[in-house]
Amino acid sequence: MKRGFSILAIVTALLLSFALYEALIAAPTERTMGDVQRIFYYHVPSAWTAFLLFLINFVASVVFLIRRDTKADILALVTAEVGVVFCTVVLVTGPIWARPVWGIWWTWDLRLTLTLVLWLIYVSYLVLRRFSTSSQTPVLASVLAIFGALDVPLVYFSIWFFRTQHPSPVIGGGGSLDPRMAHVLLINWAAFLCLAWLVCWTRFRLEVLEREVEEAQALESLLEGSR
Amino acid sequence: MNYLYAAYVATWVIHGTYLAILVRKYSKIRREIESLRK
Repeated sequence: MKRGFSILAIVTALLLSFALYEALIAAPTERTMGDVQRIFYYHVPSAWTAFLLFLINFVASVVFLIRRDTKADILALVTAEVGVVFCTVVLVTGPIWARPVWGIWWTWDLRLTLTLVLWLIYVSYLVLRRFSTSSQTPVLASVLAIFGALDVPLVYFSIWFFRTQHPSPVIGGGGSLDPRMAHVLLINWAAFLCLAWLVCWTRFRLEVLEREVEEAQALESLLEGSR
Repeated sequence: MNYLYAAYVATWVIHGTYLAILVRKYSKIRREIESLRK
């Protein structure tokens, strides 16, 4: 287990360094936007990673509601938390790209607004989990996560079915991406997926430890009370 | 070019902050485990 974690950590570090080199140096410069287009190598893979994590959160929440499995509950919590981190990257890098390209930081465009709503839903999920002391919190959070996940396909397909200011899909949906750019994009996505896996693994172990410590503390105070 | 670096730096600041929060949480848990062992 420990060896697997170390191997994953080394692979992630190497892949992230290689992906950074590919994005900043090896990838061809886009003709109209110039170097600022390279933001796309961090923005798009972060969005895909966040969507995947929210999807896992959805599946884990459904499994928890059916089986009341603690591991599924922990997985749901962990993927929501790491998903919010990746979604934050999307919401920060997007405006930094938009400013030089569109001339504005933000517009209430359908995709941008839905992405912000998605982020807010999962932040509320984490706030609920952090501050609610009810024994029903995992159940309520799972229900919220299921409703929250409905926003993921809306965000993803909003640029397919509606006319928005956001650029059209880069893969599928009629988008034409230079094969060298697609290659760099996929390398960056692989690197971010490894990072997400590594962070989720760490956070999962931490959550298990936290719960064990809480149980031990409760037991200790119970024993002290009975003396 | 400044916008490009700003986006890359912002990305790593966000990930770095989250990792720092995890490290802090881990040290807190370690301290609690130690106090339970005593």
